[in-house]
Amino acid sequence: MTMTMAEKILARAAGKKETESGEIVMANIDVAMTHDLTGPLSVESFEKIGTPKVWDPEKIVVIFDHQVPADSIDAANNHLIMREFVKNQNINNFYDVNEGVCHQILPEKGHIVPGELVVGTDSHTCTHGALGAFSTGIGSTDMAMVFSTGQLWFKVPETIRFKIEGSLRPHVYAKDVVLDIIGKVGADGATYKACEFAGETVTNMSVSDRMVMCNMAIEMGGKTGLVEPDQKTLQYVQNHSSKSYEIMKTDLDAPSLENMYIDVDELEPQIACPHNVDNVKGVSEVQGIEIDQVFLGSCTNGRISDLRDAAKILKGKKVNSGVRMLVIPASRDIYRKALDEGLMNIFVDSGALVCNPCCGPCLGGHIGLLGPGEVSLSTSNRNFKGRQGSADAEVYLSSAAVAAASAITGKITDPR
Amino acid sequence: MKGKVWKFGDDIDTDIIIPGRYLVMRDPKELAEHVMEGLDPEFNKKVKEGDVILGGRNFGCGSSREHAPLALIGAGISAVIAESFARIFYRNSINVGLPLLEAPGISQHLENGDEVEIDMKKGVIRKINSKEEYPFQKLPEFMIEILEKGGLIPYVKEKMD
Ligand code: SF4
Repeated sequence: MTMTMAEKILARAAGKKETESGEIVMANIDVAMTHDLTGPLSVESFEKIGTPKVWDPEKIVVIFDHQVPADSIDAANNHLIMREFVKNQNINNFYDVNEGVCHQILPEKGHIVPGELVVGTDSHTCTHGALGAFSTGIGSTDMAMVFSTGQLWFKVPETIRFKIEGSLRPHVYAKDVVLDIIGKVGADGATYKACEFAGETVTNMSVSDRMVMCNMAIEMGGKTGLVEPDQKTLQYVQNHSSKSYEIMKTDLDAPSLENMYIDVDELEPQIACPHNVDNVKGVSEVQGIEIDQVFLGSCTNGRISDLRDAAKILKGKKVNSGVRMLVIPASRDIYRKALDEGLMNIFVDSGALVCNPCCGPCLGGHIGLLGPGEVSLSTSNRNFKGRQGSADAEVYLSSAAVAAASAITGKITDPR
Repeated sequence: MKGKVWKFGDDIDTDIIIPGRYLVMRDPKELAEHVMEGLDPEFNKKVKEGDVILGGRNFGCGSSREHAPLALIGAGISAVIAESFARIFYRNSINVGLPLLEAPGISQHLENGDEVEIDMKKGVIRKINSKEEYPFQKLPEFMIEILEKGGLIPYVKEKMD
């Protein structure tokens, strides 16, 4: 029987030879991630079940990133609950307030390899499909079951394979490609499906770019994003991980596979406009809109390549006096690299604020919240009403390059 | 499971099932007082223990809230049958012990007030009085067990003891 990558990984994890979309399977989890915000609820449900010890401390990863360092007593309390859990359960894979955003830390610290089944109590856990894993967000009750048994049930999804062809024009990035796709299929266009990204454009993309694509699969309702492992994947995995892995690829004649063709030759930078991620327009349609804040960071676009793209544009220039620009590297490693490469000098000299690695204003719970009537341009992944602070604020989403160019002019600007 | 059918249309979202302003409650019985309030304020009074809801496509879409299946359970609903379900609602329902039966095409066959009997093991919905049977996507053993135990937490609890 021919199968998709998603079906193959779930079949393996469920100890079955084959499976097909629609089937419900009980599968063994390879990596289970939780963070400071959703962790305490998972621990609470785990305690309700009453199992004294987690199934396998080596497969659990706990990362603090949403409210770090603690910005309130509640946040500090959440941290205390999780630190105690980690200690009592002998969980070594623990990243405290100084490391960075969960979806950057997981692959960077070698927890993600191809062919594995990864779950996290965070909707953007779909990011890790970029390395050929089946990775998806779950609830805290689900996580409690995983902590206790190492297993969880899944409904095997169908796959939409986005075959992306063409070469990207200068200043057009993975973010623009995925925003274009979300605009085309809509916020629920891929509900419950595995979104596989393939084709020449994806082959030419770096692993970071592929993470951008998979990160946003959830914004069209996807269960996970996926990219078939290739040489670049294996190079990345070798550099970061010592785990063994298995490579799974989609059979092109798999019955549950649906193809969609995307051409990016003519694509211009894309902007998601308030208040939905699928409200996507070309930059030419929205340029000139005045902004109050620019956020460069998040698990979508807070990687070293994003900081480099932005620094190139900001070099020798000043952030517009009416604009606050926040630069938040997605991890300590990225922060270190940016320091070594002199990028941080460029940001600081331009008047941007550089903050510690964390989620930042992405979820409007920590630093850099928006006031009523303010407009933000953000490289993150969601622009829902109230997402970055006041419900009367507006959030536009873009690539790092658009963000940097716009910070200089104070208006949404085409970097070309 | 045996009960009367309450028929609804497509895209019944979680705000219809239980409006956001009641999310401070956790008790299924309390939540049930407001279940389906937006469409029928008297729904909770009319529905009887064991009745089933018949939805169209994409039943349970909208925000993730376990309160929605809990409200249905509190009202005595024994199962929801639909053409298709929204994904988060599906997970939440099974996890709190509410059976969901996916049966494409079913809305053509059943009407408001029909009496039905559900055979989980065989995967069929029987229309009482007419002997007609309609299949639904059968659930695997472990999932029937999760539902019988009343949800994921009691299920795991028993497994671990
Ligand atoms: S950066 Fe934003 S989207 Fe990513 S994990 Fe943090 S809050 Fe979620």
